[in-house]
Amino acid sequence: MNAPRTLLLVGGTSDIGRATALCYAQAGWRVLLAARRDDEARRNADDIAARTGADVAVLHLDILETSGFEALVDGLPQLPDTVVCVVGELGDQQRGQKDLAHATQILRTNFEGPALLLGVFAERFAARGSGTLVGVSSVAGDRGRGSNYLYGAAKAGFTAFLSGLRNRLAPAGLRVVTVKPGFVRTQMTAGMKLPPVLTAEAEEVGRAIFTAAEKGSSDVVYVRPVWRPVMMIIGSIPERIFKRLRL
Amino acid sequence: MTELSGWGRYPRHPSDVLSPPSPSAVPPLMTSHTGLVARGNGRAYGDAAIGEQVTLVTRRLDRIRAFDPSTGRIRVEAGLLLADLLDVMVPKGFFPPVVPGTKFVTVGGMIASDVHGKNHHRDGGFGDHVESLTLASPDGGIATCSSTENGDLFRATIGGMGLTGTILEATFRMRPVETGWMRQQTIVATDLDKALDALRASGEATYSVAWIDCLAKGRSLGRSLIFAAEHATRRDLEALQPAADAFPSARSGRLSVPLDLPAFALNRLSVGAFNEMYFRAGAMKAGYPFLVHWNPYFFPLDGIGDWNRIYGRRGFLQYQCVIPTAQAGPALSRILERIAQRGLASFLAVLKQMGPSQGDLSFPMEGFTLALDLPVSDAAFPLLDELDRTVVEAGGRLYLAKDARQSPATFEAGYSGLPRFRDLRRAIGATGRISSRLSARLGI
Ligand SMILES: Cc1cc2nc3c(=O)[nH]c(=O)nc-3n(C[C@H](O)[C@H](O)[C@H](O)COP(=O)(O)OP(=O)(O)OC[C@H]3O[C@@H](n4cnc5c(N)ncnc54)[C@H](O)[C@@H]3O)c2cc1C
Ligand SMILES: NC(=O)c1ccc[n+]([C@@H]2O[C@H](COP(=O)([O-])OP(=O)(O)OC[C@H]3O[C@@H](n4cnc5c(N)ncnc54)[C@H](OP(=O)(O)O)[C@@H]3O)[C@@H](O)[C@H]2O)c1
Repeated sequence: MNAPRTLLLVGGTSDIGRATALCYAQAGWRVLLAARRDDEARRNADDIAARTGADVAVLHLDILETSGFEALVDGLPQLPDTVVCVVGELGDQQRGQKDLAHATQILRTNFEGPALLLGVFAERFAARGSGTLVGVSSVAGDRGRGSNYLYGAAKAGFTAFLSGLRNRLAPAGLRVVTVKPGFVRTQMTAGMKLPPVLTAEAEEVGRAIFTAAEKGSSDVVYVRPVWRPVMMIIGSIPERIFKRLRL
Repeated sequence: MTELSGWGRYPRHPSDVLSPPSPSAVPPLMTSHTGLVARGNGRAYGDAAIGEQVTLVTRRLDRIRAFDPSTGRIRVEAGLLLADLLDVMVPKGFFPPVVPGTKFVTVGGMIASDVHGKNHHRDGGFGDHVESLTLASPDGGIATCSSTENGDLFRATIGGMGLTGTILEATFRMRPVETGWMRQQTIVATDLDKALDALRASGEATYSVAWIDCLAKGRSLGRSLIFAAEHATRRDLEALQPAADAFPSARSGRLSVPLDLPAFALNRLSVGAFNEMYFRAGAMKAGYPFLVHWNPYFFPLDGIGDWNRIYGRRGFLQYQCVIPTAQAGPALSRILERIAQRGLASFLAVLKQMGPSQGDLSFPMEGFTLALDLPVSDAAFPLLDELDRTVVEAGGRLYLAKDARQSPATFEAGYSGLPRFRDLRRAIGATGRISSRLSARLGI
């Protein structure tokens, strides 16, 4: 039997991250959960290990501490086969409009941090000649809306980054997958009223990520396919009308 | 504010609802709120899991923290669903030491109600298998409890209906099983005495339960089918169903109900027909051991989805009492007679044998327990008050996890551990602060 492959899941305390890591562990992968809150990440690591018997470890990582990324990646006991980054923060749009520190945090958490980290792995993967990178972006990045454009703009940046990276690495046979989950019932959306048809469970997103990254060949994944036409329609509304909609 | 009710949908009360994301988020909530109680999956029938003011839902505390396959020892968070535990563990060859009649309960709820299974006479309640637990106590601290550490708090928390604090984690041992099948044997009892005898005689069996036809009267009063079962071994499987998968998936084990539920559940005639049919179908299988998947054996009703809605808007009551062995025959026949006379149809009537229990407020005692459902109606309450008198006279008591209506006097008469429980509540600062609608109603 081959040695088990290794997943690095960045955002190991998130509900989507937990579900994704569980899918990998069930398929026999070793898992490393990176998170800024070690104790909470440990809960998920223990759970996944107990359920699957897989080897699951925790790594301390703050996505805003970008200057440490290269040392962190080079300090890993071994370079993972796949890196999935699910880190993100919806933030508070209205607060961010006045509070630049908060706006900066939203932009950096959703764009700068994830992009720089995946960028470091892209270099290592390119040098090795193998590896898969998965970024969880959002349909919110497909078109800016008044109610969440700080988050949306950061996700749009991340989506563009992933697209560019894919374009660059594809000739070398490396995969880059962009995941747009649509609405997902997680702690990020706790208490919000979400339309059931458009809303996925975290487990669904986890399975979709695993399938797309390890079995399929999709580059951009909308977890629930209805989101593709929905976003096409939203994208095709002329700006002069769109700007008047309360979205 | 949210309107909450238990599985019986009676009573309903408004409460604020909190849903902490992890065990570490719970202790601060214990001091920043009063009138609060934990809620697992809301499968208690009445008002036990509704906070007087605040209800603390534990469902996000759903992690398994450690499992040792060499001993079966497992440490889990209190909001883990039994259904989830079964899905993960049965394929590995492990079964929980005790399971109630539905798998949609949390581990915390199983401890707080010290739930009994069909093996209580042999293995005790779930609480008897808990090696240790951690509790977010009313003072905002976390107490580790076992029979040797904080023993008083441990015995009060097992069966304590959430009234000592919020259970965060628990450690217990799973039992090894060779297959996911049960080797079942059906015994027919033509009246109540024979049913009690058969349950006593099947005391050797790990699991046993009697399904009573509540509508049978006169000489047939209490006629029952007794289902005795063991976890099937590999050899059983080879002998009885050689081609079968040793650990079949839970989904293959659905019960198909050959009748339209809403219609038969509501009137006496149709329940009678169902009972007759069920009884005959069971009698046909009598005598021969056969294999049944663990899921329908333990959780026959779970296959039916939201069956609690079939009783309509007013909801329903479950009446579950336990009667000490010596009084069981006469007291249970009085109760069954009254039920049959009044024709307040019961969809479910279950009789089980019980052993002693350790929690101050644990329900089980050595004797027999009877459980049945009645739709809420004006006639139901006085009838149940009357049955209560029979239970109290016989030295029995009612199960708090099922209760929505007993009087404080009935409760006090049944639970001799109550004074000790109240003292402990006072000592740990729980009195008046950790409180449910049930504790307020019964003055716990
Ligand atoms: C169809 C059906 C069949 C059943 N069969 C049986 C049976 O065979 N045997 C049996 O014993 N019971 C049986 N029950 C009752 C059920 O097992 C108990 O009511 C159990 O407590 C429900 O668990 P829950 O997680 O839904 O808890 P809830 O109903 O949410 O809460 C029940 C009690 O536990 C407390 N509680 C819950 N979580 C915690 C926690 N983390 N810390 C402290 N307190 C907590 C609550 O405050 C409340 O007092 C049955 C119920 C149904 C609906
Ligand atoms: N839920 C949805 O409807 C939805 C829709 C579209 C896209 N998404 C995206 O899906 C991803 C996962 O979200 P989720 O729904 O699972 O929500 P979540 O549980 O809130 O996940 C967000 C994760 O990001 C982590 N994080 C935030 N700031 C960090 C930092 N500075 N350093 C390290 N980690 C940090 C969080 O860690 P902490 O636990 O420590 O806070 C958490 O693990 C996000 O990228 C989100 O934008 C979600």
